[in-house]
Formats: sequence, structure tokens, C-alpha cells
Amino acid sequence: MLRHLMAFFILALAALPFSATAQDVRLPENATPSAIDRASTGGAQNLADIERRQSGAEIDDGFRRNNLGGDAATVPGLGPLGGRSDPDLWRGIRYGELPVKVSTMNKTGRVLVQDNGMWWLTLREGPVATYGLWLLLGTIILLALFFILRGRIRIEGGKNGRTVTRFKAIERFAHWMLAGSFILLALTGLASLFGRKVVIPLLGHDFNSTLLIGTKFIHNNVSWAFMIALVMVFVMWIWHNIPNKTDWVWIKQGGGFIGDKHPPAKKFNFGQKIVFWAVIVLGFSVSLSGLSLLFPFEIQLFGHTFGFINDIGMAEAAGYGPLQSDLTPHAEMQYAQLWHAIIGFVMMAVILGHIYIGTLGMEGAFDAMGNGEVDERWAEQHHSLWLDEVKQDKRRTPAE
Amino acid sequence: MKSMLAGFVAVAVIGVVAYYGLHEIGFSSQEVYSGENVRLD
Repeated sequence: MLRHLMAFFILALAALPFSATAQDVRLPENATPSAIDRASTGGAQNLADIERRQSGAEIDDGFRRNNLGGDAATVPGLGPLGGRSDPDLWRGIRYGELPVKVSTMNKTGRVLVQDNGMWWLTLREGPVATYGLWLLLGTIILLALFFILRGRIRIEGGKNGRTVTRFKAIERFAHWMLAGSFILLALTGLASLFGRKVVIPLLGHDFNSTLLIGTKFIHNNVSWAFMIALVMVFVMWIWHNIPNKTDWVWIKQGGGFIGDKHPPAKKFNFGQKIVFWAVIVLGFSVSLSGLSLLFPFEIQLFGHTFGFINDIGMAEAAGYGPLQSDLTPHAEMQYAQLWHAIIGFVMMAVILGHIYIGTLGMEGAFDAMGNGEVDERWAEQHHSLWLDEVKQDKRRTPAE
Repeated sequence: MKSMLAGFVAVAVIGVVAYYGLHEIGFSSQEVYSGENVRLD
């Protein structure tokens, strides 16, 4: 019996150190965990933290919970991105220095950061809108001054009553299709550009929203009539608008303002040729940029154009460095929109002048496009060479 | 003046044809660059 008691006593003594150790590592409820030196891991958890957690000891995890963002990559090899910092990564994406692989087949999906947006927006809402508006107002003021100083250009001696056909029905049809569509495009274009700045403060967001949905609808669909009419006008009138030596006489006489004679002209005088080529070149350009906007990312014009300008050395000749030609699809759209607006403004200014001289500025001019018949005396004074040609043709053609 | 009116009517007719034509070929960005899983409205 005594032998059994001795054995139990010895076993109890042997087990005593183990139970005492377990009691030591477990902190009391309100005790503050002792600070752990994490210098060796740059602030990240180390072996001591792991041992404490495994032993069930309370751990102050503030060193992890509060470490949101920041420069994690200062720990060699322990950064979340394998040592590359977040700012470096985004800089690489932003400036196209990193290969971006995306699952979408859409080429625009490869562009994760495109920071030209604010540049485009400020340019569109700032200088483009401001100078564009000044260009239109300046043109109207100049035309008004011209009208005050010069007055309406009258037919000297008045109409004689005999008329001659100046434009056939198909020519007038194409002209008015071009004119009607252009006026609609100009008005809806202006509404799109100035809606946010002008319409919202005056009439509110709801009105502007409805207005712009309507203007977008008109602008997108009417553009086709403009393009068709532009081609018609180009085909019908290009032969009459090729510059020739008669234009030099017109220039020397300042279109009739220098001296007291009317300069001779064929079907179109030099001033009309300027309007024709301005409409064709600007109209073609505005159509192309418009198509690029109508089918987003499908037609990319500016990268190729900038590359061509660089290749022929035009940028250097003008005192600039080479233009950026590897544009993102978004930058292409931004350039297309700005170009569309700028060319639109220039066209509007030209057409304001054309409308003035064709209506208020010159007696008898509207008839040419109204019913197609102009007074012979008007034709003698403004298109003498053309009138001679028409009379000769009449003489050659036997009466029916 | 008939030619002028005809020109204006042509603008309207071509506009309507363009509207239906363009939507028939699915030109809009909404149709080209989106899918049924993306809600734009």
C-alpha cells in the first residue's frame, strides 16, 4: 500500500512543471500584451506572433489592422505585388509601359487608364466653345457693319424683266438639301455644345435632357442628307469652280469694290469659288470626323494623320516636336470631337457670309436659288462671261 | 421654290430612313459595346 502511495506522489511531482508552464503563457483577461519587436520583418508579423497565437495568447493586431495601403513594398520580397508598388503599377498602366492583357475582344478594353479626358473636356468647354462663339458673333458683327457701310448691292438700272435660267431644278434641290441639313446640324451641334452651360442655368436639367436627346437624334440622322447633298453639289459644280485666269481680274478688282466696274465672271466668280471649296473641304472633313463619332472607335483618323505630319517633317518645320501618333482609341475620339466642333464653327462662319450675300446683301441673288431664273441685267453685271456662254448656246440650239 | 421644298423633304425622308437603317445594322454604342448583362437605362 505504501509502495502505491509513493508512486502516485512521484508522478504528481513530475507533472507539476508542465501545468505551471501552461499557466504562465496565458495572459489574464485585462492584461496588455507585451510589445513584440517586429523590426526584422519590417513591421510584418514574425515567429513570436505566430507562437503567441498558437498558444492561445491574446495578440494586439493593430500592426496589421491599421496598415492599410501605404508603402508595403518597402519590405523586400514581401510586398503584395512581388515588390512592385501600387503607384508604380498604376503609373505603368497609365503611361502604357506595362503589357495589359484583357479577356475582352474589344480593343478599347485594353485601355485601363486614359487621362486625356479632362484635357479634352476643358478644351471643349473652354477655348473651343468660347472662341467658336466669338467667331460667329464676330462674323455677324462684320456683316452688319458691311451692310451699314455698303448697303445692299443693287442691280444698276434695275431689272429689265428678261430672265435666264441660272440653276436647274436638280442643282437647286441639292443646294437646299445641303443648306437645310446644314442649318439643322449647326443648330443641334450648338445645342450639344452649349446645352450644359446655357440651357441648364436658364431652363433646367429636365428641359436640357429632352432637348439634347432630340438634338442627338436629329444630328445623327440628318447628317446623311448632308453628306449625300455634299457629293451631289461636288459632282455638279466642280467643273465650274476650277480656278482660271478670269479669277485674277476679279481679285485685282476686289470683287468689284476697287474701281467702278463689275469684274467679269463665268458661272461662279472667285468669291463663290472660295465658298464652294470651303464647303467641300470643310464639309468633307466634318463628315469624316462625324462618321468617326457616329461609329465610335471604328474609324481612327488622327493617329495616321499625326504620323503622316511627322513623316513629312511638317511638325518640325512649324517648330514643334513630333506629334504623338500612337493614340489610344479614346484619344482618337477626343480629337475627332474637337476637330468636328472646330470645323463646324468655321463652316458656320463661312455660311453666314454666304447667306448674307445671297439674301440681304445683293439684290436679285436669291432668285438664282429661289426659282432658278435670274434677271438678265443681274447676270450681265455679276456673271457676264457666263451670260455670253448661255446666249451662244441658245443661238446654237434651234428653237423647238 | 418647289426644289427648295423638295430638298427639305428629302432631308426629313433620308433622316427617317437613316434612323431605321442604322438601328437595323445595330450601330449604337449601346449595342456594339454592351451586352444583355449590362444595364444602361
